[in-house]
Amino acid sequence: MSLLEKALESGKFGVTAEMAPPKGYDFTEQLESAKLLNGKVHGINVTDMQSASLKASSLGLCIKLKEAGCEPIIQMTGRDRNRMAIMSDIFSAAAFGIDTMLALTGDHPVVGDCPQSKPVYDLDSVGILNMLSTMEATGKDCGGNDIAGETPKFYKGAAVTPVYEPQILQINKLRQKVEAGAKYIQTQGIFDLDSFKRFLEAADKAGIKAHIMAGIIPLKAAGMAKYMNENVPGIAVPQDMIDKLAAAAAEGKEKGVKGLPMRLGIEMAAELIAKIKDEHLCDGVHIMAIGAERNVPVILEKAGIKIG
Amino acid sequence: MIITQKKPIEEVMALLRGFDKIAIMGCGSCATACGTGGEKEVAEMKEYLEAHGKTVVATNMSDYCCMNLTVKGKVKPFIAAGADAVVCMSCGDGVQVVASNVPVPVFPTNNTMFLGESVRLGLFQEACHLCGNCVLGTTGGICPISRCAKSLINGPCGGQKNGKCEVNPENDCAWIMIYKRLEATHQLAKLAQTREDKGYKDVTYPRTINTRGK
Repeated sequence: MSLLEKALESGKFGVTAEMAPPKGYDFTEQLESAKLLNGKVHGINVTDMQSASLKASSLGLCIKLKEAGCEPIIQMTGRDRNRMAIMSDIFSAAAFGIDTMLALTGDHPVVGDCPQSKPVYDLDSVGILNMLSTMEATGKDCGGNDIAGETPKFYKGAAVTPVYEPQILQINKLRQKVEAGAKYIQTQGIFDLDSFKRFLEAADKAGIKAHIMAGIIPLKAAGMAKYMNENVPGIAVPQDMIDKLAAAAAEGKEKGVKGLPMRLGIEMAAELIAKIKDEHLCDGVHIMAIGAERNVPVILEKAGIKIG
Repeated sequence: MIITQKKPIEEVMALLRGFDKIAIMGCGSCATACGTGGEKEVAEMKEYLEAHGKTVVATNMSDYCCMNLTVKGKVKPFIAAGADAVVCMSCGDGVQVVASNVPVPVFPTNNTMFLGESVRLGLFQEACHLCGNCVLGTTGGICPISRCAKSLINGPCGGQKNGKCEVNPENDCAWIMIYKRLEATHQLAKLAQTREDKGYKDVTYPRTINTRGK
């Protein structure tokens, strides 16, 4: 049983951090960041070519993390692999002791950096979860054939975009993901607790029973926030946050101090996490530091979060 | 209908290199509606080929280039006229049917784009992927297989922005359209239905349907 499963299923506040493999095979930086995260998070969630940008596989970095004594969570999208390939990778992951996964449909190759690539989408997020749940329940593969030896069992999760109009569509799909076996739900990055609360109420009203982990994206600069607002679906950074980051940049320039917006971003993320935990809004947080994973322990310390 | 688009004429001329006596076949159905293979386009092709040193020995129109028995009769004059190549101005299926009925090479003048509709004159939209397992009855008559860039059957991904698709912001999110249509036609309960995954075993190409009972 993974640390994340233990934490969430025993009612503890779950904490995970996202990490992307490199575009290449030198994992040094990722492994160094992972060491800093050890003991601070319940799992390191390794992306499967996020934004359809070509990277080493999630499975590859997950294996390296496992070997380094960390707790990896493998992401599986339906974009590049058909059901056979997904199940095959799940077997391999299990062989390395990986037992927690996140099912995603995956960004379309056209929005990524190898747009000639053929989109697969044999299964979407719901389909992947259904396939794995059926496998666990029956001991059979996706073709209905017996699996040799023990059937791998995974603690399964899915994602949701809380800021979405019409919300009923996301809630409906979330319900399907949970019915298909998702036990924990990572949200897209949230910045405004009021809209997040509206989502939580809607999920609750729909009778959705899963552990919801609020997505936290530490902002690095006003430009990053503006870019995400314009380009990343489901992201809505409030204007006052953008203004504060811009003011921090101006202050830094005046005083000749570098990194003030990044420091403010850390403070804002920590504040958000502390509020979520103190107000018992949801069951945990998932921190997407987008390359700045080294900051995650600092954010958690400032938020007063200790696992274990 | 089958939506076609004209190939660049240079590409057609390159295909015809080495051939002199050309016959042209037009199509009276989809390609006529698309303005890619009707009587007008056949006449234009004849004029172009003749202006570029080819001899057009015959032209003909088939009401449907995709119907073998119709095409069989329509290509007879081509052979009688001594054509050493045929250009076919239909969809890719018509080209193959014509080719199976003449002993000389047949070349396409069009690219076959998709199955869809003429929204208005000159504007065509894809609307069906011929998946062989129609879900329109539960999706408000809007096809998620062809109208969603990821062919999602269980609802939208998170990738829409203001109702537009992340893959092509000119396209509306199919699932938002489906939602609105289901709501407007009092069928919202269908949104909650889980659609069974049928897999792809039954869509192994090429597919044949035989209703002849033999």
